[in-house]
Amino acid sequence: MGQNFQLVVVSAGTSDPSSTRLLADRVAGRVTTLAGKRAHTVGTTVVELRELATEIANALVSNHIGPKLRNAIATLQRADGIVASTPVYKAGASGLLTSFFQILDNDLLIAKPVVLAATAGTARHALVVDDQMRGLFAYLRTVVVPTSLFASTEDWQDNGLNKRIDRAALELVALMTSGFEKTVRDESWGSYQHEYGSAGGTELTIDLDSDLMRLAAGGGAG
Amino acid sequence: MQFGIFSVSDITRDPVSGETPSEAERIDAIVQIAEKAEEVGLDVFAIGEHHNPPFFSSAPTTLLSHIAAKTKKLIVSTATTLITTNDPVRIAEEYAMLQHLAKGRMDLMLGRGNTAPVYPWFGADIRQSLPLALENYNLLHRLWREDVVDWEGKFRTPLQGFTSTPRPLDDLPPFVWHGSIRTPEIAEQAAFYGDGFFANNIFWPKEHYIRLIEFYRQRYAHYGHGTEKQAIVGLGGQAYIAKRSQDAVKEFRPYFNEAPVYGHGPRMEDFMEQTPLSVGSPQEVIDKTLTFREHFGDYQRQMFLMDHAGLPLKTVLNQLDLLGEEVVPVLRKEIEARQDPETAKPPTHAGRVKDKYGDGPVRQPKPNANRGDNVTGGSPYQDSR
Repeated sequence: MGQNFQLVVVSAGTSDPSSTRLLADRVAGRVTTLAGKRAHTVGTTVVELRELATEIANALVSNHIGPKLRNAIATLQRADGIVASTPVYKAGASGLLTSFFQILDNDLLIAKPVVLAATAGTARHALVVDDQMRGLFAYLRTVVVPTSLFASTEDWQDNGLNKRIDRAALELVALMTSGFEKTVRDESWGSYQHEYGSAGGTELTIDLDSDLMRLAAGGGAG
Repeated sequence: MQFGIFSVSDITRDPVSGETPSEAERIDAIVQIAEKAEEVGLDVFAIGEHHNPPFFSSAPTTLLSHIAAKTKKLIVSTATTLITTNDPVRIAEEYAMLQHLAKGRMDLMLGRGNTAPVYPWFGADIRQSLPLALENYNLLHRLWREDVVDWEGKFRTPLQGFTSTPRPLDDLPPFVWHGSIRTPEIAEQAAFYGDGFFANNIFWPKEHYIRLIEFYRQRYAHYGHGTEKQAIVGLGGQAYIAKRSQDAVKEFRPYFNEAPVYGHGPRMEDFMEQTPLSVGSPQEVIDKTLTFREHFGDYQRQMFLMDHAGLPLKTVLNQLDLLGEEVVPVLRKEIEARQDPETAKPPTHAGRVKDKYGDGPVRQPKPNANRGDNVTGGSPYQDSR
């Protein structure tokens, strides 16, 4: 029986249309097609970080999470798969993308499958995805597909890019349909570090049977 | 319901005049602010505790005993007293002394403190902040209730036959609030002991501390201190008031824009819409404050942050006039009319003496004579066996 998957595209592209968004959309399209061949459906939501730029900056300097940002966090919370796409500036991912992911709770994206994508004006930036972005997504305990996507100006005329998009999309579909996230979250959610109210405000379980809770109720430090 | 003001004790440049007050000026100002709070009919004045510039309040009990001496009805309190980096023995002694000098017109609020460098200045480790807070309070709780304490824990040297002096006024420990917005263990401890729980309520989204207050209420009832509605809850808030809404917005904006905590960040209008901050006419502040009990349930104490971000003394005093004369009297009336009759009364010394002793005699401990060794042993007071 087919399942419905929620795919979230996070784009740090700034122009409209942007090649960064275009790259992500190509992935999303292939993910939908490949999932469809397996009788699954995919609903895609796009988070344009450009529209969140002010709230991202506010959150960084004042811990205040604005309504658009809260909405984006709730969207990611529900995601079965994520495509994160960014332009490369000065040999690194756009600060808009890294800032956004730095604001998120550490446990928001645990075990979620991710495709990473970057665009640049020169092929010299080709290793930004593998050398820099993977570390951030590893910290967030996401599972990033083996194929990284990178498109410099000349790649748009090269069929090799399409092949890599197909590869990455298939890898994402394989991870989404495997139930990896569900298994990890169902069976070992409690073994990751959480704070009260983390995971985008959803982590609200209170374990009364802990050393600290016993200490709170007058007991010894244990 | 009690209404009051709490101060962080920040010494902040006034962004309009460009002037930064000296420590001497700001300390003089805070005493005037506290006296004004009483004059305009507020119930509580609370001060924070900090151990680094640009804050002045490193010695809250000294300040609060001075304010208590200059006032008649005002309850002096803290927001917060650091239960992590202060030795609970010193907290027991200093606040019991304050309680005597203030004739019971005091309480205190405990917090952990989140400034990492402060911990090693006082020999503590921020990585142990939560167990340290919990253990320290377990000890503090006993020091105020048992004349002679034998104690051993993880974080300080053991105590053998220790008596914290003076004993609390009327042998009734000061009322304690536990401040937290996202630590269930702190809510649990407040509930276990039947103490108050305070949420600073400066930042929303408020949903997770609504749930934390609910948890505190459930646990308060679980431990048999009363019903969930009878649990003792306090909330913070912040306001800038002017007769006309547009004047409030115009006057406060430069202070908001450069405020230490949220300045250079969100637009003031967004912050007003999305957090408890009220900037407007007395009626607007009243309307917003009245929504708090809808979110958090009926509660006992509402505190306002009024003197931060470099607001000059004259402005703060004027704010207090408006708060005390035009906002709080209406809030008292409106809340009284809406409040669930089951709601607990706010904690006062007189009320708590009555709860403890009824009409019976109030214990007044008198020490035995010094035996010459400065160690009083197992029965230091004439009435202890």
